[in-house]
Amino acid sequence: MSSNPHKASGDIAVSVRGVSKSYSIAHNSVKHTMVGEAIMHRLKNPFAREEHETFWALKDVSFDILRGDVVGIIGRNGAGKSTLLKILSRITEPTAGQIDLYGRVGSLLEVGTGFHPELTGRENVYLNGAILGMRRPEITRHFDAIVAFAEVEKFLDTPVKRYSSGMYVRLAFAVAAHLNPEILVVDEVLAVGDAPFQKKCLGKMHDVAEKEGRTVLFVSHNMTAVQSLCNKAIWLQNGAVLEQGAADSVVPRYFNVGIGKMTDRCWDNMNDCPGNDKIRVQRMSVRPHGVNSGGVVTVHSPLVLEFDYWNFQPEAYLNLSLQVYNKNGINVFNTFPTHEADWYGKPFPRGLYRSRCYIPGDLLNDGTHRVELFVIENQGTLLFHLEDALVFDVEDSMEYRGAWHGEWAGASRPHLKWHTEMVTPSEQTPSQSGLSMLTA
Amino acid sequence: MTLMIEPTTHASPRPYLTIKPSAGWQAINLREIWQFRDLLTTLAQRDVKLRYRQTALGVLWVVLQPLLAAGIFSFVFGKVAKLPSDGLPYFIFSFAGLLAWNAFSSTLTKASGCLLQNANLVSKVYFPRLVLPLSTVFSSLIDFAVALVLMAVLMALYHIVPGVGLLLLPVWLALILMLAVGAGLYTSALTVTYRDVQYVLPVLVQFLLYASPIAYAVSAVPSHLRMVYFLNPLSGLFEAFRWSLLGTGHLAPGEVAYSAIVTVLVFLGGAFSFKKMERKFADVI
Repeated sequence: MSSNPHKASGDIAVSVRGVSKSYSIAHNSVKHTMVGEAIMHRLKNPFAREEHETFWALKDVSFDILRGDVVGIIGRNGAGKSTLLKILSRITEPTAGQIDLYGRVGSLLEVGTGFHPELTGRENVYLNGAILGMRRPEITRHFDAIVAFAEVEKFLDTPVKRYSSGMYVRLAFAVAAHLNPEILVVDEVLAVGDAPFQKKCLGKMHDVAEKEGRTVLFVSHNMTAVQSLCNKAIWLQNGAVLEQGAADSVVPRYFNVGIGKMTDRCWDNMNDCPGNDKIRVQRMSVRPHGVNSGGVVTVHSPLVLEFDYWNFQPEAYLNLSLQVYNKNGINVFNTFPTHEADWYGKPFPRGLYRSRCYIPGDLLNDGTHRVELFVIENQGTLLFHLEDALVFDVEDSMEYRGAWHGEWAGASRPHLKWHTEMVTPSEQTPSQSGLSMLTA
Repeated sequence: MTLMIEPTTHASPRPYLTIKPSAGWQAINLREIWQFRDLLTTLAQRDVKLRYRQTALGVLWVVLQPLLAAGIFSFVFGKVAKLPSDGLPYFIFSFAGLLAWNAFSSTLTKASGCLLQNANLVSKVYFPRLVLPLSTVFSSLIDFAVALVLMAVLMALYHIVPGVGLLLLPVWLALILMLAVGAGLYTSALTVTYRDVQYVLPVLVQFLLYASPIAYAVSAVPSHLRMVYFLNPLSGLFEAFRWSLLGTGHLAPGEVAYSAIVTVLVFLGGAFSFKKMERKFADVI
């Protein structure tokens, strides 16, 4: 693997020119999947054209990728990453534009596509290989390497429906990894599998690029993986290339600029402020707070939520209440200032108030969060309610992750204290040989 | 914001592949299908392997199915309805017909459903989509081969010796499969957008069974209706098929030529329609 026949810097591998992709979405849900409906609709409206809204999943995207580059494609959900990969791997056609590929493309948009649960591991390797465009002798040549990579030697003649999910994923990735295309297109494979598997995949992709001089395009939401694997990054937003360049410079900017949609809201004109004749909110903001903020909200950042509001009543017994929801719509917590001795349960004279709520670091998990604001009077009467008071993103962090590169489960992400000690020394450990072999 | 990129001057001489929007009728890339021939056979193998997995009788079903069908035909149409069978024992007469009919109907049915059944492949991997319907021919051929051996045994039992017409049997079989795949190409592509097809098709297949000389001899069709009867291209092909095997019925060159022409047209029409609709598959399926 020391010689590098493919690697010649400056050689172009992928050239994308003005690629756009539109989908038409039928209006008023007039979408006919029944011939009869379609015919009836045509009969009733012989001259009416169906009303379609055109949705541009990609708009005039252009970039070049050089041979041997490992390119991370980043962006939020709906930015067009998957559409781009589908076009690059020829699953769907672009609406406009052109892509020149200088080499055979192998794509892995989903681990185990075409695997059949009833077939054995061996049969699935051949089936999956053929689906990915390998010739039979080619698969046979790589067969041992595939099986060794997947660590499923003993279960080759077992139907894959009896495999553990880990074995299944390993075998599927192994086939694709041995496809040996000049250009490898990979979508979010790290979202599945266990930590050692992810490490192995990253290692394999690294080898493919570094040692064999192949080109890799890699879509991920996981900036840790992108930064450790990729030398270039392309940042898509709303179907267009927002930025591209060295991964080390694009990824941090993605972190910074990418934050949130409604993190600081302010109304200059009193009548525009959300509220009513009793209460009006003039300003709402969320920002990181404390020493090493730097503007980025990560899972470790302490946050401060700030609300400026006018009270128009002479002596109102007010309190704010907040509910924070995560990306899955789960209510992460509810809070109101019961222990704020100066004001809670005391009358508020007319005037402008500023209330702050401090959220400690290592509490929220990554993803978009939504804050719902309630203004309560007399500890029970709802004066005013704002559903999307603030919306902000919490970015993932590379710290305290260990070898795990996948999605971090849970509504909260506390940094908890752990303690482990050895209870029984090694010489007294009972032997387990012959028992634990099958639980791969 | 879009980045303008200067034209590259150092690009390799010519791209391995260029992706751009296609429009209208497309040529069929036979070379590419040839490159994916292993996928064609692997998919066929998969279908055959899976069909009888976790069945008690296994491959025996390949033999039992046509025998049972011919048995039922013999009772219902031969014994009860007393349909004519060109003077042959009804069982072997209907078995020969079913041999051809099964090759047709199983290919058409499997080809029609192949895109939906492999929807995850269509939306996740690139390969020439034509491979899917084409692969269904292989598993039909395997069934046919087994049933043909059975047919030979039956003919020996009934002391029927085929004539030189037997040499033409592969031609009729090829035409029957071609017609089935041709129609299947069209229905499979249509099913992607309109699921109705999968409900209409079984009815249509049922109708074709009775509109073709499978359960009865052509002699049962009133002579003034023969013209209409042979508009169905299957009639000519099935009749020729049985003539090759058993030497019965009549082989009218005009009818056979008509069937062959319609078959080729249906196949080409199906292939090009499929190719035309293909680019929407992954977006719609």
